[in-house]
Amino acid sequence: MSYRVGIDVGGTNTDAVIVDKDNRAIAKIKVATTEDVTTGILNALEGVLKESAVDTSEIKYAMLGTTHCTNAIVERKNLAKVGIIRIGKPATLSIKPLISWPDDLVNAIGGYMHIISGGHEYDGRELSQLDENEVRKALQDFKEKGVEALAISAVFSPVNNEHEMRVTEIAREILGDIPITLSHEIGSIGLLERENAAVINAAVVKVAKTAIKSFENALKEKGIDARLYITQNDGTLMSAEYALRYPVLTIASGPANSLRGAAFLSGLRDGIVVDVGGTTTDIGVLVNGFPRESSVAVEIGGVRTNFRMPDLISIGLGGGSLVRFENGVEVGPESVGYRLEKEALVFGGDKLTATDIAVYLKRAELGDPSKLKDLDSKLVEKAADKMKTMVEEAIDRMKTSPEPVPVILVGGGSILLPDSLKGASKVVKPENFEVANAIGAAIAQVSGEIDKVFSLEERGREEVLKEAKEIAMKEAIKAGADPDTVEIVDVDEIPLAYLPGNAIRIRAKAAGYLKIL
Amino acid sequence: MSVKWRDFVRSLDKEAIENLAVGAAILGTGGGGDPYIGKLTAIQALEEGYEINVVDVEEVPKDALIIPSAGMGTPTVIVEKLPRGTEIINAFKALGEYLGKEVYATMPIEAGGLNSTFPLAVGAKMGIPIVDADGMGRAFPELQMTTFHINGVTVTPMALADERDNIVILKTCDNYWAEWIARDITIRFGGTAWIALYPMTGKELRKAAIPGTLGLAERLGEAVREARERKENPIDAVLNASQGFELFKGKVVDVERRTTGGFARGVVKIEGFDEYSGNTLEVHIQNENLVAIKNGDVIASVPDLITILDLETAVPITTESVKYGQRCFVIGIPCSEMWRTEKGLEVAGPKYFGYDVEYEPIEEIMGEV
Repeated sequence: MSYRVGIDVGGTNTDAVIVDKDNRAIAKIKVATTEDVTTGILNALEGVLKESAVDTSEIKYAMLGTTHCTNAIVERKNLAKVGIIRIGKPATLSIKPLISWPDDLVNAIGGYMHIISGGHEYDGRELSQLDENEVRKALQDFKEKGVEALAISAVFSPVNNEHEMRVTEIAREILGDIPITLSHEIGSIGLLERENAAVINAAVVKVAKTAIKSFENALKEKGIDARLYITQNDGTLMSAEYALRYPVLTIASGPANSLRGAAFLSGLRDGIVVDVGGTTTDIGVLVNGFPRESSVAVEIGGVRTNFRMPDLISIGLGGGSLVRFENGVEVGPESVGYRLEKEALVFGGDKLTATDIAVYLKRAELGDPSKLKDLDSKLVEKAADKMKTMVEEAIDRMKTSPEPVPVILVGGGSILLPDSLKGASKVVKPENFEVANAIGAAIAQVSGEIDKVFSLEERGREEVLKEAKEIAMKEAIKAGADPDTVEIVDVDEIPLAYLPGNAIRIRAKAAGYLKIL
Repeated sequence: MSVKWRDFVRSLDKEAIENLAVGAAILGTGGGGDPYIGKLTAIQALEEGYEINVVDVEEVPKDALIIPSAGMGTPTVIVEKLPRGTEIINAFKALGEYLGKEVYATMPIEAGGLNSTFPLAVGAKMGIPIVDADGMGRAFPELQMTTFHINGVTVTPMALADERDNIVILKTCDNYWAEWIARDITIRFGGTAWIALYPMTGKELRKAAIPGTLGLAERLGEAVREARERKENPIDAVLNASQGFELFKGKVVDVERRTTGGFARGVVKIEGFDEYSGNTLEVHIQNENLVAIKNGDVIASVPDLITILDLETAVPITTESVKYGQRCFVIGIPCSEMWRTEKGLEVAGPKYFGYDVEYEPIEEIMGEV
């Protein structure tokens, strides 16, 4: 028998599950998330191993969804000194890199940059020639300053990546085996947002490396010889090596894991997933079994970026949300969080929380319901209505039409919600709903992607589409997917109508199950 | 150069520029592009030690030469191939040289959207003020859709430049040809051109420009920001600052888009709530929000400004980003009287955009309601 362990770090709890080869959860645990994140992960791992009584040698895969990178950016801690190379002179000089960044974040990464001659036009012709002397000088300067990672971006590199690739070659000569992030690999059109995403990625490489190393060591200590995968924010897996190159893709992987877990547990491929935690509720959309992506620029740590993120709304409702009746009825956003089991009324505390409301209404059996007997049933109804409306409004905002859609409730806090919601064709609360995120990590597929502009001058659309799909599938297989199970899960065509060359931008994603099960 | 204007200019700091950009997005009426890039060029100019000074229309000498400045081309290229900063200056200088006169000031051609903020860095680097005025009072998609045009000021002679120091001086028989030829040059330049156009005297400026629109954008942005900080309703602040009208409050229930005759047209259906419960508003859109129809009656139409704002944040919702489920306020702001003339409506009235709607000023419609 072979097993997989899935671990997902949330704001309040770190959850772990062990699943067998038929994807059945045979053990699950929730432990408190710790400030350093790693300790919580190790606690969860230890706990779930103990509960499962599985022979550790039979655990073949370990999947980890972690918040190390997000935390490092938000707290400006442990970030690498980044050398930024922008290729685009003579254009772009009127807005230098990092100009809109918060000062403390610029200080944390050093703020080293050079703008070099080069880059391309929208139609792929050269904007100007790449000046290799300038490149060498810039890289020498970075070497003297001791930069720990490089971020390289070029004007229109999503159309033509030649200059980013050439600078990488020169950087390898001068700086050796330094982590390098290329903007065309993680972002789309929009130089500043793509450059920002590349710089952030370069800045968190160090954090990712430490986190992954300590997890690998912990597995070894427990005698587990498993292949390690890291979950990314599209709900699929990347190898540890890949995660070290694109750590930024771990940002928002938690909600993506919940979405995938919800799809798996409910058997639904399309619908809205409501993940209620201790303090907040994330609402996302499943399209063909995967999280819908956000189409707008996203801010991370105060910086505008345009790399792929799941489309989510987060509202201040969770199991620990405080309920007050001073001005009508208010629920959240303040929450007792992980102190729920001390401070909520049902647990003998003195704070009225959303969980107390759920217990009063017999939606959950927890603590000591007799402690709630003095509550005014009318006010309780009002609070329950408020919680329901908050979620219903958020669901409606995520929909694309008024048609009712299936709603899947997951997360420990989903006991707060009733069995029917406005706008929902049905409300599903699957088994193991409280650890859907860790299950999502454990059962995830591996994926491969392509995002490139193709010219339609010499080839037809069909031919170009076929090529794009093949590249995506190859990427998935390279990442460890079983070729027999790989399929295209998403294709997006954007005709670039304003271009005279008749160009088209194609994004394709393929995913498949892990090769050896 | 005479420095007399220094006595009556007002300097913009970083916060003022941030405010202006927020207000310019509201005046963009759903289109016009994001003022973000121009804002950053202005902030970098400040950080490099340049000053950004704004002068009122009345203070500009009648014989002074004013040259507006702008970016032209597809927004997708502008956000990727960021400007060098010198191209717009080159265009500006080339046109000044061609005209053989010292240039007193620059100004935006549109107060809404992308082009509201680019002239700030031009004025800063040229050491000249930016006139607190524009030629639209909002955003429009074509070069001739300006109050300059309807008052007889010509687009050309104009200058177009790129980041490689290519400069084209263009003189055309009329303003429509200017738009037509300039678009082609833009393609050769790589999708964007930086332009100096509509040269005019201080006397023409008084007649043809809409005064005070930069100040208006700044006040709008400031009002939104302060209301947010005080956790008050930013919509009231916007209406106060703009003398606008609340047209509707509701939820977007449908967005229909189709391309007809080369125009990307659409209809946004909004279902009312609270005091608008039971009512429906349709906003007809192209690049901008153009006509608002409540329960079958037109309650606002272009050239008056129609803006859809997010209910909670007052962030403008653009015609590209509007989608089902958004909760919003719809507001209407009176346009300049110049747009309400026969010539003005011919250039930018509802009929020009293909709607069979008789324009009626928003104040009058709201007065009747």
